[in-house]
Amino acid sequence: MKRSFRAMFYTPYFLWLALFVIAPVGLIFYYSFFNIRHQFTFDNYATFFSSGTYLTMTANSVLYAFLITLISLVISYPMALVISRLRHRDLWILLVILPTWINLLLKAYAFIGLLSHDGLVNQLFGLVGIPAQHMLFTDASFILVASYIQIPFMILPIYNSLTDISDSYIKASHDLGATNWQTLTKVIFPMTMPGVKSGIQIVFIPSLSLFMLSRLIGGNKIITLGTAVEEHFLTTMNWGMGSTIGVVLIIAMVIAMMLTNTQRKRRRQA
Amino acid sequence: MKKFLIAFLVLMGICLGLSVGAQQLTKSTGDTGSKVLNLYNWGDYIAPTLLTKFQKETGYHVNVETFDSNEAMYTKIKQGGTSYDLTVPSDYMVQKMKADHMLIPLDKSRLTGMRNYGHSFMNKSFDPGNRYSIPYFWGTLGIIYNDQSIKLGQLAHWDQLWDSKYRDDIMLIDSARDIMGFTLISQHHSVNTTNTPELLAARDKLNKLSPNVKAIVADEIKMYMAEGEAPIAVDWSGEASEMMSQNSHLHYVVPTEGSNMWFDNLVIPKTAKHFKAIYAFLNFMNQPKNAAQNAEYIGYATPNTAAFKLLPKSVRDDKQFYPSQKVLDKLEVYSNLSPEKVQQYNDLYLEFKMHH
Repeated sequence: MKRSFRAMFYTPYFLWLALFVIAPVGLIFYYSFFNIRHQFTFDNYATFFSSGTYLTMTANSVLYAFLITLISLVISYPMALVISRLRHRDLWILLVILPTWINLLLKAYAFIGLLSHDGLVNQLFGLVGIPAQHMLFTDASFILVASYIQIPFMILPIYNSLTDISDSYIKASHDLGATNWQTLTKVIFPMTMPGVKSGIQIVFIPSLSLFMLSRLIGGNKIITLGTAVEEHFLTTMNWGMGSTIGVVLIIAMVIAMMLTNTQRKRRRQA
Repeated sequence: MKKFLIAFLVLMGICLGLSVGAQQLTKSTGDTGSKVLNLYNWGDYIAPTLLTKFQKETGYHVNVETFDSNEAMYTKIKQGGTSYDLTVPSDYMVQKMKADHMLIPLDKSRLTGMRNYGHSFMNKSFDPGNRYSIPYFWGTLGIIYNDQSIKLGQLAHWDQLWDSKYRDDIMLIDSARDIMGFTLISQHHSVNTTNTPELLAARDKLNKLSPNVKAIVADEIKMYMAEGEAPIAVDWSGEASEMMSQNSHLHYVVPTEGSNMWFDNLVIPKTAKHFKAIYAFLNFMNQPKNAAQNAEYIGYATPNTAAFKLLPKSVRDDKQFYPSQKVLDKLEVYSNLSPEKVQQYNDLYLEFKMHH
């Protein structure tokens, strides 16, 4: 009786895993071994790791994802800290989450309106006498917009881990003679590490393949692996090569997960 | 939680009700009898007045459904479950659908008015002898520029795009065949070349263009050009005419050394059922009067020479959209390349995009 009851709970979960996680990943691996004529081959991997184009693209993707993650983190942590101290913090955090209710494409188009040559930002610059700047299609604008989109996903886990800290820890820290700065760096920050790490994972991984933004805001001057995947699936119909890049992205994500997880274990042992 | 659930259910109920209602509405207008024609067309790509005129003349009711890309149309027809009588693929897609046995040959004995079409627009490589297709509209690839920054007539050749004075000024349409294509033309090669050294040389030349390239974008290019974000763009004539209707400072030019020429064509897919209606419609559209009316509404170039003669003089003399015979002779249509060559074009194009 008890066993069948448990199975009832497990079955949907395992079915979900098998159908929507294991099967798609398996299919990507499977397709990555076929060339454009549907013959079995390892050529896709050989091409990827011997081509300067793909390797530079990988380096670009990792670099931009790193920058986006770093900037979101630098902005998010103080913001989460401040919000967690405010009186109506639930309301403030709601305001932070609000932009995620709007579709990504709409946000991108809104930024086009802001950053374009005759856009709002340049009009404001004009009022203070700064000449119009070229802002669209630059690295800076791409990183700005990508960070803007990712910030709510970084703030939320940090905010949650901040509100989990009991006030007694902070009082104890002060009682033992720690300054505010020491309390922050020696007590609060280490205790929010799990939140920071999940924030990094949530932001870094999707940032590896932001192909819509790299076209709309970056004007395809920034080419990440996502751009190549899109091209292989939609234009050249070379699903094999597209899947190979998919496998590389999956591996990059696994590495990112491992880097953020092992550190936590080590800290616990210490 | 309970409130949330109720709100969710109410929303779902409203959506469901609306969608059922919408389906009922389309059903009641869609005549399922035998006096119909199911046309699968690009969005806003036929003059609505022509459809009512056709129904008045012949009694056939035209049901129009629309698509927004060749690939979407191809997939929908291939998947089945549709009953389209006519559709409008571009040149390379005609070739692909033909190769995949998705088209029914035209019965020439039932067609009238085929002599209205100009010889420059018939018997193209994608459908020799027009066995499967009748050209509907045609166009070119060219340069759009804004006369506020570039003097009228100053920009007329592909090679000028490489001029260092146009630094960070050019927007390109994100399409491997087109961008590689105009570079190949500037080097006096064919847009359909499969010769690797020629392709590599084109990539090297394109890399030198990158300081002048502001962005490589898709549909947004129309909005950017209309708003004056960049003074120069490389795009198709159809898109150019849309930009120009929004911004009168824009001009379109087809370089005299050559360019790509594209066609949208009427074809009969394998799903067709109402053949009497199909031929009535094709013959109706072949009539110069109707083709001219359609061309005036859509603003694209008509391959129907007899219809062209009926267009207003200002349109006929517009060398931007109806280039001279001398330029026409230099235009090349894309042929369907092997998957390996399509891959090579795209790989080299990707290398150009990566180049800074």
